[in-house]
Amino acid sequence: MSNHVANANSDLSYNYKVVRQFSIMAIVWGIVGMGIGVLIASQLVWPGLNDIFQPYTHFGRLRPLHTNSVIFAFGGSVLFATSYYVVQRTCQVRLFGGWLVPFTFWGWQAVIVLAAITLPLGLTTTKEYAELEWPIDILLGLVWISYAIVFFGTVVKRKTSHIYVANWFFGGFILTVAILHIVNSAAIPVTLTKSYSAYAGAADAMVQWWYGHNAVGFFLTAGFLGIMYYFVPKQAGRPVYSYQLSIVHFWALISLYIWAGSHHLHYSALPDWAQSLGMVMSLILLAPSWGGMINGIMTLSGAWHKLRTDPTLRFLVVSLSFYGMSTFEGPMMAIKTVNALSHNTDWTIGHVHSGALGWVAMISIGALYHLIPILFGRKEMWSVGLINVHFWLATSGTVLYIAAMWVNGITQGLMWRAFNQDGSLTYSFIDSIAASYGGYVVRVIGGGLFLLGMLIMAYNTYRTVRSGVSEESVDNQISSPEKAQAV
Amino acid sequence: MDINDLRGLATVLVMVAFLGVCWWAFSPSRKKKFDDAADLPFADEENHDRSLK
Repeated sequence: MSNHVANANSDLSYNYKVVRQFSIMAIVWGIVGMGIGVLIASQLVWPGLNDIFQPYTHFGRLRPLHTNSVIFAFGGSVLFATSYYVVQRTCQVRLFGGWLVPFTFWGWQAVIVLAAITLPLGLTTTKEYAELEWPIDILLGLVWISYAIVFFGTVVKRKTSHIYVANWFFGGFILTVAILHIVNSAAIPVTLTKSYSAYAGAADAMVQWWYGHNAVGFFLTAGFLGIMYYFVPKQAGRPVYSYQLSIVHFWALISLYIWAGSHHLHYSALPDWAQSLGMVMSLILLAPSWGGMINGIMTLSGAWHKLRTDPTLRFLVVSLSFYGMSTFEGPMMAIKTVNALSHNTDWTIGHVHSGALGWVAMISIGALYHLIPILFGRKEMWSVGLINVHFWLATSGTVLYIAAMWVNGITQGLMWRAFNQDGSLTYSFIDSIAASYGGYVVRVIGGGLFLLGMLIMAYNTYRTVRSGVSEESVDNQISSPEKAQAV
Repeated sequence: MDINDLRGLATVLVMVAFLGVCWWAFSPSRKKKFDDAADLPFADEENHDRSLK
């Protein structure tokens, strides 16, 4: 069986409808989630903003809505769109699953809407990144199992002999997230809106952070590495730097990440050996993370000049730089003595956002700018100049955000551990809050710039999609298949 | 034999597994196959064009 055999199959067409749906909703949920992020960041500068509509607009209720909407609504929609697109194109076969495909789209949107209703009402399991109550968890589980059937079903009926590396990463992410979600969400329901975790004490904490860190490792890393392994080569117009390295990258990354979660529980009631295990595994994790980053960036060797003219490629490559930066910072923060300084401070928030804005959002935005013209039969986005504006807003916004949180975090960590000669604390907690005020202001500015970039993206996307119906923009349409070779 | 022997053994087994993956991925006999696989993102333009119609 040859890789190119499917070209003989002349009536095959891909399911792009679901990819378009998820791509558009990714932009919508990105704006909503990041908008809520800017709102709660502003609440830390102007506490009066908590009182817009109490108790629903309280920071404590909106914060999980922010994390759920950026991770699962924005990031999730991007992952559905890209994985459905990539698995069809690299397996050269239409999506498997029939009605399960639209079910994953509408089911996923329903989960997001239910989250947006229940979280401000204060209905929460209190498990970070797994706050949704049990009926929504069951719906989410059904959607996810359907996703797995569609994805793996498509891989099984592929026309190519080899399963492309991006699909290995997507597959690893889908399978692991299913296990994480089902195990961590196990609970005893009391009423329709209240349940208690099936686990207790330190075991509950360990299950939660095994879930929590692998939500980062598989949802926000493995899945987006799948995006990297398809969209970076495609946008650069050349195959990945080393396919062999990508295989070692995959197996090393997935076998190490699963052990790292206990670094969230340093100096807690968790057994010491489990803490040390998490620290050591986190440190080793640096190797596959950087192996993958180098593989992505080196794909551009010989094509570096394209960065000058192609802001979409710039998004993809800069996201890899932020990935390298945050996967260096993460292992450092997992070292127990460093963690003693960084834990519970804004440094953690800065680290998360260097990954979430710099890596996850930037590679998503790059992939979407690649996808949208292709999916709607256009040669390019309505305005390449606006992509460039978006790129600089996103980059400067991310840098402002993470720099502010580094300064705040180290300040807080040092103030909390400062003692007077008689053994009493030098600073009260509120002193450290007052010292953080400047950083909170800078964070609002950084987050605001990032959000502004997303609004420009939405406008650019609207004009790109609409351009087909107006006379003036006929030149941006791909009129015949021959002209489409460039994509 | 106590639990520390098992711990040592586990470390050796993981090392062997890692070296095994490296050997499998980088062995010259598979180079051609993987080079072909790396071209998969560029191999289906006809199907894509048909999907837009």
